[in-house]
Amino acid sequence: MGVYICHCGTNIAGIIDVEALRAYAESLPSVVVAKTYTYMCSEPGQQLIRKDIREKKLNRIVAAACTPSLHEPTFRKVLEEEGLSPYLFEMANIREQNTWVHMQTPREALELAKDQVRIALARAEKLEELHPKEVKIGRNALIIGGGIAGISAALDLANAGFNVYLIEKSPTIGGRMAQLDKTFPTMDCSSCILTPKMVEAGRHPNIKLITYAEVKDVQGYIGNFKVKVLKKPRYVDEKKCTGCDECSKVCPVEVPDEFNAGLSWRKAIYIPFPQAVPPAYVLDDKNCLGLTPLACAKCKEVCEPEAISYDQYPTEIDLEVDTIIVASGYEPYNPVVDEEYNYGVYQNVLTALEMERMLNAAGPTSGRVVRPSDLKEPNRIVYVQCVGSRNERRNVYCSRICCMYAAKQARQLKEKHPDMEVYVFYIDVRAFGKGFEEFYEKTCREYGVQFIRGRVAEIHDDPETKNLTVKAEDTLLGRPVELEADIVVLSVGITPSQDTKAIQNVLKIPVGTDGFFLEAHPKLRPVDTTVDGIFVCGTSAGPKDIPDTVSQARAAASGATALMATGKYVIQPYFASVDEPLCGGCGICVPLCPFNAITLEEKVAKINEALCKGCGVCVAACPATAIKANHFTDEQILSQIESALLR
Amino acid sequence: MLETFEPYIVGFLCNWCGYAGADLAGTSRIQYPPNLRAIRLMCSGRVDPTFVLTALKRGADGVLIVGCHPGDCHYINGNFRTERRIALLKKMLSDLGLDDKRVRLEWISAGEGEKFATVVKEFVEEIRALGPNPLEGNTNET
Repeated sequence: MGVYICHCGTNIAGIIDVEALRAYAESLPSVVVAKTYTYMCSEPGQQLIRKDIREKKLNRIVAAACTPSLHEPTFRKVLEEEGLSPYLFEMANIREQNTWVHMQTPREALELAKDQVRIALARAEKLEELHPKEVKIGRNALIIGGGIAGISAALDLANAGFNVYLIEKSPTIGGRMAQLDKTFPTMDCSSCILTPKMVEAGRHPNIKLITYAEVKDVQGYIGNFKVKVLKKPRYVDEKKCTGCDECSKVCPVEVPDEFNAGLSWRKAIYIPFPQAVPPAYVLDDKNCLGLTPLACAKCKEVCEPEAISYDQYPTEIDLEVDTIIVASGYEPYNPVVDEEYNYGVYQNVLTALEMERMLNAAGPTSGRVVRPSDLKEPNRIVYVQCVGSRNERRNVYCSRICCMYAAKQARQLKEKHPDMEVYVFYIDVRAFGKGFEEFYEKTCREYGVQFIRGRVAEIHDDPETKNLTVKAEDTLLGRPVELEADIVVLSVGITPSQDTKAIQNVLKIPVGTDGFFLEAHPKLRPVDTTVDGIFVCGTSAGPKDIPDTVSQARAAASGATALMATGKYVIQPYFASVDEPLCGGCGICVPLCPFNAITLEEKVAKINEALCKGCGVCVAACPATAIKANHFTDEQILSQIESALLR
Repeated sequence: MLETFEPYIVGFLCNWCGYAGADLAGTSRIQYPPNLRAIRLMCSGRVDPTFVLTALKRGADGVLIVGCHPGDCHYINGNFRTERRIALLKKMLSDLGLDDKRVRLEWISAGEGEKFATVVKEFVEEIRALGPNPLEGNTNET
């Protein structure tokens, strides 16, 4: 056996004495050679191992370095290329699970590293020759979420010739971006750049849009995901609907319009916005006067193309896909909980999304900015930054978009009304993207928007005039500020979508402490998850702006393409197998298997390799120890335990 | 004994949650005491109670088993099996003259590096209070 100890620059060698570790490893009985190197994962490091395998005829390799999730594949490749089974390799994780967490106790860290190497060697000795298994992978992808992330990923995959199922929970694709008026820093009209993409996705022969639907269940694994989608009844035939609006005109029900952030009303039968894709109306059965029994039925009467049918029920759609991309987006922070701002109490306190809709020519006010209390045009508007972000009590993270959208809205306000005063209370201005700093500078200098550094402590309104008084401290001048404003806009941050938990439950992918999906590695695998074949992108994985969202979406599409393009995929041969003479046919294992991979045939358990995922639940339960888990055998684990306790 | 008692803990971490959570504690540089010897398994459901007993018999002062949160198991429900097995095992421990606190089952996700460090810290202190494994020293002949 050969032991290869990585310095990882100073990450490992800066904490423990790697030479002492090497000497210890070399003193162990089965070790032929032990070496250290600055970066074992580098090409020269790998060469070191290759040379020894050839010259010293090594047949087992242990690397003491980082976590196996990072470089196990790297080193396995080395063994494979030298003609050894890649599974005759073991890693001692002396970085993530040692030097990075025991920085203050280098002596104990060294002792731990010795134990880790010894345990790895004990396991390596018992490792068996295995070979990765190649499985077929098809060309079908599922994308959860039809915002700009999902649309971008879908188009890339579809254009590359893959089949895409694009699932969207609302009646139209487009997502949050469809609600935006203009986008920073280029001032592109949001819908002008989004709607062509929506139409393209809607018409693409390789994209199957499933709107008003949610993913209910996912079973299986890469190359073999079985998905259940629940499609809610739309009551309007997407193909027959012409979008004439006659149904909506006769509908007697009015409810707040979500698309306009609740600033206007929509009917119970409606189209979310004119450019919706699919371009079809939808009957909101929660607000309709009644379908069973039928209460009004006016919409059906007026529908000339006979697109409306009240006999629709939720339908379950079964899909088989090979890869999955999660693009489920975000929820704007709801500031109702922050008492100091009195959002929802004072009429003239708005969120930035409400302001965005007001600024939009197709919005509730046709682009006129008015005070909700009296519909008068405001003279002075105050923005409050970091609402729900960078706050110990709410979310610690920075939402990354609020500085820029506040500057953008402020600029739009000044363009419409050069005499209006716009103040922005901020903690720090984070203008980090391409063209952002220039945009911010120009907003201050040329547009005269006043940025004041300080957190707003309280807002009061005058019960008569509904004018607002904003109290804050100017932390640069070190003095209190009090401003009267007609409107206060809360720059609310990004929070995880309410669906995150449900998606996590069906996909079994991890979520970080901030509530967003967790990437497999923050730098090197930014859109992968820990589950092979499942990717995350856009704001479902953390706050980001549109350019970053699109970059990630296209990265996720590229990741899925890389897996599906060759038609085959390599999986770990970690299946369980039955030693038939030992099996007593008790059948305990059969109901335990989460994948129904075990059957009892003539009083002997049989395991279907294609279904077995190698969890080892059956192995641990078998009273006759007749089941063996490849690469995690009882022998291997027990030798690790024994070695751990040989002190 | 001149030296203060340093608990020696064997950990069984599932590949997807426990082990990944431990890695996250590492990448986040969250410090915790160096008393844990971790063994990676694909699922906490692979933890055969004999593994735990072997570790205790061989002198481990504590055994930590970490799996995914209920409902988040990479293998659908492997962790529920673990939960039942460990509960039963704990009942047996007192017959062996061991405090059942020496075996601890925790659910820690891949995103909970902080929790991983806290759990190890707490467990080390708990075992320190219990003192060394009473079986140690008279079992090596078996």
